[in-house]
Amino acid sequence: MSDSKKRRPGLESVSPVVPVQTTYYVPERDVDKSPILQCINLGISFGGLKAVEDFNLTLGRTEIAGLIGPNGAGKTTIFNLLTKVYQPTHGTILLDGKDTANMSTAQVNRAGIARTFQNIRLFHNQTVADNVLIGLHNEMDYGMLGGILRLPGYWRAEKIARQRAMEYLALFHLDQHADELAGSLPYGAQRRLEIARALATNPSLLLLDEPAAGMNPSETAELMENIVKIRDTFHIAILLIEHDMSLVMNICEGIAVLNFGRLIAKGNADAIRNDPTVVEAYLGRKGAKES
Amino acid sequence: MNMKRYLKDARSDLLTYAGVIIAFIIISTLKSHGALNRSQSGLLVPICCYIVMAVSLNLTVGILGDLSLGHAGFMSVGAFSGVVTAMSLMNVIPSAPARLALAMLVGAVCAAIVGFLVGIPVLRLNGDYLAIVTLAFGEIIKELITCLIVGVDSEGLHVIFNVNGSKTANDLTLLDGGRIIIKGAQGATGTKTIATFSAGFVLIMITLVIVQNLIRSRHGRAIMAVRDNRIAADSVGIPVTKYKMMAFVTSASLAGAAGALFGLNYSNLAAAKFDFNTSILVLVFVVLGGLGNIWGSIIATVILYILPEALRGFANYRMLIYAIVLIVVMLTTNNPVLKNYIASLRSKFSKDSEKEASAS
Amino acid sequence: MKFLAYLVSGISLGSIYAIIALGYTMVYGIAKMLNFAHGDVIMVGGYISFLAATNLGLPVLLSVLVAMVFCTVLGIVIEGLAYRPLRSAPSLAVLITAIGVSYFLQNAALLIFGANPKAYTPVVSGTLKLFDGQLSISYVSIVTVICCIVIMLALTAFTGKTRMGKAMRACSEDKGAAQLMGINVNRTISLTFAIGSALAAVAGALLCSFSPTLMPTTGSMPGIKAFTAAVFGGIGSIPGAFIGGILLGVIEALGRAYISTQLSNSIVFAVLIIILLVRPAGLLGKRTQEKV
Repeated sequence: MSDSKKRRPGLESVSPVVPVQTTYYVPERDVDKSPILQCINLGISFGGLKAVEDFNLTLGRTEIAGLIGPNGAGKTTIFNLLTKVYQPTHGTILLDGKDTANMSTAQVNRAGIARTFQNIRLFHNQTVADNVLIGLHNEMDYGMLGGILRLPGYWRAEKIARQRAMEYLALFHLDQHADELAGSLPYGAQRRLEIARALATNPSLLLLDEPAAGMNPSETAELMENIVKIRDTFHIAILLIEHDMSLVMNICEGIAVLNFGRLIAKGNADAIRNDPTVVEAYLGRKGAKES
Repeated sequence: MNMKRYLKDARSDLLTYAGVIIAFIIISTLKSHGALNRSQSGLLVPICCYIVMAVSLNLTVGILGDLSLGHAGFMSVGAFSGVVTAMSLMNVIPSAPARLALAMLVGAVCAAIVGFLVGIPVLRLNGDYLAIVTLAFGEIIKELITCLIVGVDSEGLHVIFNVNGSKTANDLTLLDGGRIIIKGAQGATGTKTIATFSAGFVLIMITLVIVQNLIRSRHGRAIMAVRDNRIAADSVGIPVTKYKMMAFVTSASLAGAAGALFGLNYSNLAAAKFDFNTSILVLVFVVLGGLGNIWGSIIATVILYILPEALRGFANYRMLIYAIVLIVVMLTTNNPVLKNYIASLRSKFSKDSEKEASAS
Repeated sequence: MKFLAYLVSGISLGSIYAIIALGYTMVYGIAKMLNFAHGDVIMVGGYISFLAATNLGLPVLLSVLVAMVFCTVLGIVIEGLAYRPLRSAPSLAVLITAIGVSYFLQNAALLIFGANPKAYTPVVSGTLKLFDGQLSISYVSIVTVICCIVIMLALTAFTGKTRMGKAMRACSEDKGAAQLMGINVNRTISLTFAIGSALAAVAGALLCSFSPTLMPTTGSMPGIKAFTAAVFGGIGSIPGAFIGGILLGVIEALGRAYISTQLSNSIVFAVLIIILLVRPAGLLGKRTQEKV
């Protein structure tokens, strides 16, 4: 433990002074409703290294929240914990009040969390439409035999699913590309397709891992509009990891700041800008003194 | 709407069915006019079996994306359970086609059960580790069947598991009029051959309906999603293990049905026939036909199964030539220059056909 | 005492597996391919040393050396002609090509040497009698075990200490990066095949001394089992291949003696399956987890 302290400047000043109530910040609109997500003392260690520790976060039902922090702070690890790619070593995740402790990744998705990936993970060899249809997998209800014998239920479900897939694609201006292979799309379109696919699973919480990475400013601007539009259309909560601060400050109502695997603050944009611990985490202690 | 793609898929499926039906009609006509000699018509049923084997293995290797080196094991299970079924019900069901159909069904069910049991450990592994474990299971199944001694008499089935090689068929203590069906290492002996080319054709059609319709259903898409990106498939709520198992068991059961047909085509058949080399043979059909390409599997099976026979004139050189053909085909089809050329031809072709379509 | 005898025979059989597995593991580690033709190179090695000893009348040691040289060249030629053009091809294409090479070697041997088994003269004869003759160990067994240990230590030193060995390890981690560091990747892979094939020749001579029938298919099953041994120990790991080979031989010998002759291969494979379920990357293998 003492070793890791030496390697991590600023750590000693971080943990004790975290004002716990800030992690319960949700936008006013959602205050009276039960939160969609609550993380309580969430943590994971890899062979003794605590990648995430005592992570507490509450998300409002229709909140757009940002998860920011320096490189290596553990942001993607949090996503992996929420979606059970890693099983947390301690702590609790409550999704809409339900404990996800024994769920697998697929079960968590069916319970309502969908995500995108930092390094895009599409089904590259399948068409754009099929990617979304795979997202709609659990929305269809015919069985294996029904599919093989092509019973009426198969045709009905496939028809509805194909229509819905096209609606999702249209939302992201991908409908003209429906028959192209996903791998042949340009980068920005691939990111949009990944969001469309995640939305198709009908989530109540959408996790976006660096959605604007590799996008040019006009694409980013469009993405920001899209994110707000998604929230307003589907009435879901969105948690996003992003390094583009203009995006985060513009559309995120709540911003959570992560440093060395710990949440050091959550609040609205103004609160975060003026939080001394946040400034310190980004600029170091010296920077904090100067500012 | 993406109906265009949809119709294209449906059209290619229908073409496959049509191709198989036309081939069946031509060959049956030739056969009934006596245009095929004995050794040629003797190839028909095995070719049907290997087509089903290749299409079903394509489901595991091409569609699911897991390399299986033990597919012959499932064929073996199907063959011997099918032979036992057909032989022991000889007096109960006098109609040979009905017995054959039941034998194939039993073969499929037995292979599916074994496939499920094998799948539990196998599907937890990945890549080459998975491959080596399927190989291991193939060999285990072969040796276990080599230990089986089965006979039937008026009291029913008698089964001995001959672990240390000390038992013989006499230990079955069959009553008078009883029949020995499987004799350990010698395998099935004295089987009444009831397999027919027509049955092979029907089995191929059933296999095609199952595999092609599965691929175009939500289950098939889920299986391909697992192949392309397991983590992403997981993240959109697809239970990965379930779909891996679905593909694996379906593939095993089809191999079992093919095995039953195969077993009932020979009066003598040893378990050693279904060894690692047979699994590899089928894998070669699948890879040369193109992973995930059902029609390709069928064509490759027919060509490669006939090739060694056609090379009989070269006597001892035929397998050497086969090996060289295999290597040369792999080297040329994977040559980057050639590949790009074919891809450019193909895109040109598809653009032309699109133009035609929009013009009409 | 009987148990001891079985154990000794298991260890010496295992040493042969280990030598083959070492070749397998090196080739796999660097070329990331299942070289199914490896077992057939063993067979070729057996035939060459057989011919050198009987037809040319060379002394045993020299005949093995001739076989090693021949197989080294063969390995380099196979790699250059059949595998190198497929460096960027899908792994299944390479696998099928390897199977083609395996068929080719078997059938070429069948044409040249015929299907009749040849009676191979063991590299050393005689047995060592211990405990008043109650336990007899053939000198072949002793030579085999010593060879295996020497080869294992030499390979460990080679990959750990020498420049070429380090280049090999670099290639096995990341070929692109190795190339950028000025390592000649093609030459390194050729060298790996050369070493693996030379080991196969040694294994061929020892295998045929152990069970003195030599046929075109002699190499197939030992090849598969040695690959199993390599997976057993954790493929890519040199000590892993050694331990895997020895364990496999011992399990096979004891299983044959105490459980069932008929099921001896099944016992080996069943243990493999169990080991892989407990340790999915083998005994000494490193498990790599995909980063999300």
